[in-house]
Amino acid sequence: MEKRKEMKKKSKIRLAGLEKRKAIAGYIFIAPFIFGFLVFMVRPLFQSLYMSFCNVDLGAAKFEMTLTGFDQYFWAFRVDPDYSRALVEELVRMVIYSLAIIVFSFFVSLILNQKFKGRALVRAIFFLPVILSSGVMLGLESNNQLIANLQQTIEDAGASTVSITDGLETILRTTGVGVRAFEKVFEVIDNIYDVALASGIQIIVFLSGLQTIPRSMYEAADIEGCTAWESLWKITFPSISSLFLVNWVYTVVDFCMRSDNAVIEKIQKIMIQNQNYGAASAMTWAYFLIVIAFVGITSFAISKGVYYND
Amino acid sequence: MTKTKTKIAKEGFWERNRKSEGYLLKKKASQVFVSIVRFILLFGLCFLILQPLLNKISVSFMTESDLFNPIVVSIPVHFTLDNYKLSAEIMNYGKSFVNSLVISITVSVLQIAVCTFVGYGFARFKFPLKKLWFAFVMLVIVVPPQVISNSLFLHFRFFDIFGLIRLITGSSLNLRGSVLPYYLMSIGCMGLKNGLYIYMIRQFFRNIPNDMEEAAYVDGCGMVKTFLTIMLPEGKPIITSCFLFAFVWQWTDGFYSKMFLGNISLVSMSIARIVDSLGAYMQRLLGVTVTISVAYSNCILSTGTLMVIGPVVILYLFAQRQFVESISSTGIKM
Repeated sequence: MEKRKEMKKKSKIRLAGLEKRKAIAGYIFIAPFIFGFLVFMVRPLFQSLYMSFCNVDLGAAKFEMTLTGFDQYFWAFRVDPDYSRALVEELVRMVIYSLAIIVFSFFVSLILNQKFKGRALVRAIFFLPVILSSGVMLGLESNNQLIANLQQTIEDAGASTVSITDGLETILRTTGVGVRAFEKVFEVIDNIYDVALASGIQIIVFLSGLQTIPRSMYEAADIEGCTAWESLWKITFPSISSLFLVNWVYTVVDFCMRSDNAVIEKIQKIMIQNQNYGAASAMTWAYFLIVIAFVGITSFAISKGVYYND
Repeated sequence: MTKTKTKIAKEGFWERNRKSEGYLLKKKASQVFVSIVRFILLFGLCFLILQPLLNKISVSFMTESDLFNPIVVSIPVHFTLDNYKLSAEIMNYGKSFVNSLVISITVSVLQIAVCTFVGYGFARFKFPLKKLWFAFVMLVIVVPPQVISNSLFLHFRFFDIFGLIRLITGSSLNLRGSVLPYYLMSIGCMGLKNGLYIYMIRQFFRNIPNDMEEAAYVDGCGMVKTFLTIMLPEGKPIITSCFLFAFVWQWTDGFYSKMFLGNISLVSMSIARIVDSLGAYMQRLLGVTVTISVAYSNCILSTGTLMVIGPVVILYLFAQRQFVESISSTGIKM
């Protein structure tokens, strides 16, 4: 009671009181997150890290862990036949596809930001994959062994039919310039369907950025004699450069979590079929740390090039 | 003034073109060219996205003989609904549909309620260590659930609150296979993509001007009441779209469902197993092991997929605006 009276005397302290109350209210608002983070994130994270250094023995009613040091990591990388190969393949695939997704979604969002008839319909269609190819729906057909075999057969049988990219590929290949790089580009173009499916959210994020650019800026540039191409690079690109960072992180992380990822499949197999929790943890942590390091380095590099208006 | 205006309007296109020394024609031609190119490009990409869906629809109405008939491409000769009946029976559709609906709705309501609360807290209050906690939100977005899945699995298999339960009952609880762990995780914002919802909601609330809130505080409105009566109605668009996302992603989710809701039949789980179930079903029906043709199992898979995504597509058709427009107008900034 006395304290309150004192507070009333000095308005400065009263303000501090309000700020303190706001701080407490803030903590109350985020309390669920703190609870969840500590119980369902920090604890499992450390436990799983600890497990990766252990040999986990799963009994009927309890589990025992014996510390073995880096044995599980050695096992994952040097003994297990598939892990290292799957890891490298997935990482290469991740880099290529993430780049393709970013470029694709940037240009699609530029088109979708223009005014034309049926824009709402086209936007709705482009966003459909976000809903339809989520969760189990993704890779439902490729997971099915029978159908995967069938697809292989069809592809082999259809070798005589010429696709557009094949023709181009042979021409470019005979010139012999950067064959490996071209191969990757063609792989992406052949799988443009996968790229389109995975870029729904990115398109929306870019669109939201494009809408915040004031029209007057383009008008001013137009009057000054700026071409559309120039204003794309001088106005549009810098204005939404921060969204490239957001989208890059989202794309890479999303790619790592996809259920049709070979590394994830391998880990699931080790964990559920072989019941080898220690090795599964070690594999997950190695994968996770590599991805985090990759995300960290690349987003640091991108953030150097990001232009902030304020 | 009005006279000249009508005069300009009356002038023909070629007349105006002549006056502008060919500039108008050039401009018009380039406009038409751009819109034709754009149409071809967008039509192709839209077709690319829709084609598998259309293909599934046409296949789902075919009988097995149509599948092997080389003349039949997309319109079935023997129109049938048997595929739907069979898929429904294999997937135990009625029961899993109700289960999925109940779980998706309860989980997404819970998650979005909590995430709105947290997102608002991050957007509107200053408190010590705020940046650190927000970095943790980012961490939650970035950490794949697979990293902690095995530990969580054991956590709920041998569930205990600081050793209290073991003290009372003598052994730890096995919470696996019940819905409770997932509800608990939803309350703690650790469900499917919850970090993303917190981020989006925070962005939205940050863009709302401070004035209304300040006015409410000056008038003596408490912080919780301000949030409920003033800010919550403002945040309606983002909350609706986050809810729709939560619902849809939960509906098709395989990862959390497999881990926590193992013994509850859900549509997402039954579609993942449908081809195996088809084999088992046929064997039970006929008493002998039969090999099912690839085409037919693909047909059943397509039908089942349609039945799973059907409700979601209908929802999307009605709430398309909430999904697309409200997010794109949020103006996400770093």
